[in-house]
Amino acid sequence: MNVFKSTSVKALLGACCLSLAAVSGSVSAKDSTKPIVIPIHNWSSQIVMAHVIGGIFESMGSNVEFVPADTQAVYESIRNGDVTISHEVWQSTFGKSFYNAMAKGGVIDAGTHEATTLEEMGVPTWVIEKNLCPGLPNWEALKEEACYKNFTTADSGGKGRWLEGPQSWHGEMMPIRLKALGLDKNWTVKFAGSADALWTELASAKKEGRGTMVFNWTPNFTDAEGYTFIKFPEYTDGCRKEDGGDGKCGSPLGWLKKAANYKFPKTHPAAYTAFSKVSFTTKQVGEMAALVDIEKMDHKDAAKKWLADNEKTWKAWTK
Amino acid sequence: MLVVLKQRKSLQCLLLLVIFMLLYRFVPQSETNWLWRLPSLLKELPIIINDAVNYLMFEWLPIDVYDPDIEEYEQKPLFGQITRGFSGAILFMIELIREILLGGVKTIVAFTSWDWVSENEWARWPALPWTVITGGMVILGYVLGRAKLALFILCAFTYIAVFGQWEPSMKTLSFVLIAAPIAILLGLWLGVWAYKSKTVETIMNPLLNVAQIMPHFAYLIPVMVFFGIGDHAGAIATVIFATPPMVRLTVLGLKKVPPEVAEAGLMTGCTDRQLLYRVLIPSARRDILIGVNQVIMQCLAMVVIASLIGAKGLGNDLLIALNQLRIGKALEIGVCIVLIALVLDRLSLAWANKQTDYFADLSFKQKHKYSLMFLVVFVVGIILAVLGSFIFKEGFNYLYLIPQNKGITTEAFWQWGVDWIWETFFYSFKAFNVWFIVDVLVPIKTAFLGMPVIATFTLMMGIGFIVGGIRSALIVGGFLLFIALTEWWDRALITSYLIVIAVLISGTIGITVGTLAAQHPVSSRFMLTMCDTFQTFPSFIYLIPVMMLFGVTDTSVLIAIVVYATIPAARYTIEGLRSVPQELHDAAAMSGTNRFQKWLSVELPLSFPHMALGINQTVVFALSMVIIGALIGTDDLGQLILKSLSDKAGVGNGLVLGLCVAFIGLAFDQILRTWADQRKHALGLS
Repeated sequence: MNVFKSTSVKALLGACCLSLAAVSGSVSAKDSTKPIVIPIHNWSSQIVMAHVIGGIFESMGSNVEFVPADTQAVYESIRNGDVTISHEVWQSTFGKSFYNAMAKGGVIDAGTHEATTLEEMGVPTWVIEKNLCPGLPNWEALKEEACYKNFTTADSGGKGRWLEGPQSWHGEMMPIRLKALGLDKNWTVKFAGSADALWTELASAKKEGRGTMVFNWTPNFTDAEGYTFIKFPEYTDGCRKEDGGDGKCGSPLGWLKKAANYKFPKTHPAAYTAFSKVSFTTKQVGEMAALVDIEKMDHKDAAKKWLADNEKTWKAWTK
Repeated sequence: MLVVLKQRKSLQCLLLLVIFMLLYRFVPQSETNWLWRLPSLLKELPIIINDAVNYLMFEWLPIDVYDPDIEEYEQKPLFGQITRGFSGAILFMIELIREILLGGVKTIVAFTSWDWVSENEWARWPALPWTVITGGMVILGYVLGRAKLALFILCAFTYIAVFGQWEPSMKTLSFVLIAAPIAILLGLWLGVWAYKSKTVETIMNPLLNVAQIMPHFAYLIPVMVFFGIGDHAGAIATVIFATPPMVRLTVLGLKKVPPEVAEAGLMTGCTDRQLLYRVLIPSARRDILIGVNQVIMQCLAMVVIASLIGAKGLGNDLLIALNQLRIGKALEIGVCIVLIALVLDRLSLAWANKQTDYFADLSFKQKHKYSLMFLVVFVVGIILAVLGSFIFKEGFNYLYLIPQNKGITTEAFWQWGVDWIWETFFYSFKAFNVWFIVDVLVPIKTAFLGMPVIATFTLMMGIGFIVGGIRSALIVGGFLLFIALTEWWDRALITSYLIVIAVLISGTIGITVGTLAAQHPVSSRFMLTMCDTFQTFPSFIYLIPVMMLFGVTDTSVLIAIVVYATIPAARYTIEGLRSVPQELHDAAAMSGTNRFQKWLSVELPLSFPHMALGINQTVVFALSMVIIGALIGTDDLGQLILKSLSDKAGVGNGLVLGLCVAFIGLAFDQILRTWADQRKHALGLS
């Protein structure tokens, strides 16, 4: 007991000294050996991609550490340097947090993936097959009673319900759009609290065979079963209310960006160069998710398999 | 007339109700009418808090710090350096325990450097085989609690290993093993301090309430800004959440120590210190141990939330499983969390109850019997692990660490269970749900939102006045005023509507179940274990099936809250009923009461103060679930707290919103506590 006590005291002192004084490392232009911190969120493609990127860094001799993090709060951590990168910044869901952190300073934009994303209201394809809303995916179909009456719920007051993601994703955008398009007489927006709530709603609606309109995105695991996004009037620059427009437009084809702490290029120049070149396509993102969601692999094993199968692709980024 | 009114509480209540109704009916609804809604004078408060935090953290007292990686001096504010130093120390301790259990490199790095470790590939600390840790824990269980505890620990740890949850469980364990002792010691220290000084107690009480009621999400961002992200941040958030009950119960226990005991201590010549550690704390042991139990339960209840700011282990895995809607897997993980909680709780209880035998004269072998036994387990475990590496060739070794997806799983069974419930009950559930929403929830919600601010104040302050006089009325009014002056009054009304319904349901269920269970020692012990289980079992897990059955609606939110908030109502009812002295039971029996009469006229009134505290805790638990409700989808304060995670002024918004939630709780607390104290006084219990 005594031995344990004295070591723990020493250890404590050691740790204090360390974190306060930051013991110096070797001085050269080489990458630092301090670990690159990669955040882990709670969906498959993100976790596999984290391990893939971690694997790429490790192949270059860097140390890597993974840390679980909240999807919105992580940008504050990147800004403070507690997390080094984020490799899946979705335009519509995380754009706001990302730009807020960037405005405060400390976060840099490390390039964009080749994959384009779409984040929009939509219905599972079987809703269209059952003809619950004749005329979809054209948005004008929503005006018809034959459509919205199939989307009512107990608490929607006789209106059809749009199940939107949490308010932290796009604030009041959907209610504004609903109103601008004159759909608010027959439709109402309900904010779900989390992505889990969206997936549960999809599963539950499918079992019951009732109509459901849910905010979703692609690439996503729902692609496998078929998901149809509603075609709203096309997005043009400045059409949204916060940009001074009338709000009568759908979502743009979005980007998938990478973010990094501002010191990353200086501390790990080689790793940063590779990271800035990393660019996954929609197909690759889908593959990574499928390894876990469909083939039921462990995230780490999935990442190993992906790295082994696609060596040509990622080796090019490290040069 | 006035004299009658002064004496008759029922008349006062009636009068209050009439005034409330009149105000409700006749105050016109318009945004400019102050009787309807107060102007949001505190609108700027979040921004001010936010700026203050930013200033403290990023600008105040900058010092030059050399960053060897970029070979530059950087200006870093002092405060941040201090908090990061603190984080480093906590993280180091967590990593140390984690690496003893699971192996790793961080501890070695702490004494050398990443450069050195990268150059010396051999410098890796190996993990202990799961057999060794399980064996060690079983021996510990045997030493402290004999065969029963040892057997329980053996089952628990084998379950964890065999179901492939070893690594995440050990990660969680290492983080709890730091957070729980800190919370216990801090709680004990604060409790003793509050016991010694009345002023401290008066100041501390509301702070404890705030810390306990404030939804954890509200301080996640501040914790993250101050301390960074990782296990240490998770541990700090957990300590904030888990310490209050420890402080409370320490004070309660110390106060219950009869003065004769303390005097006896003084007479034998105890110093202050000896009096505290040798006399007072041991005498207050029973309540302090309930405090320890609560700390451990709360720590494990925070595992999932802590994973949002970087705590590794079960919590994070659980969130991933839920995102894939894998209920079975989430359930298995949830069971691991509960098992860890129960093991730690029973171990700490056994340790505290173990008496040291000062007079035993033992030989070396006898004294070190268990250490020698562990040594044997250690060697055998390692030999087995080495042998295992020859038997299992697939890259994983069942006798060393069982990887996550290689254990056995009962997922298919649970999935089948959920499907079965769906197929059997869905349509009756749906009919109930539609009725409940249309005929109950929506009208009540509308009624709450249609309440003029003056009517709310009159009602709450009036109740405060009837219960506790002008003082209580002013305190309640003060809390409400703060909320009314923010821009979130309507949101707060929605939160209150959910809480009021949830507390009514939970209170009814809890008191009924508690009363039934308290009739027999076995059933009450069973019920208390159930309480422990549900308190630590992550509510996220039953959210998914509940949402499948009841949709993204307020019904689901209420079910989630009720499951959690019923726990204290049941727990305190049992404790209350069981504390009724045997003589009174006998006296009641002798005067010829039947079972029901005894319950109604003897047990219930006598255990009322306990039950009132139970209801008070029910309100606290219900409010702390507001944020879980938000994860389903609500439009109350909880949803805004979630939203503050991505706001520009997130720190300020989160904290002020959290305060609003806490103040709702404090207003209820003021009324219930005063009432309970008066009853106690009337019954001669205080």
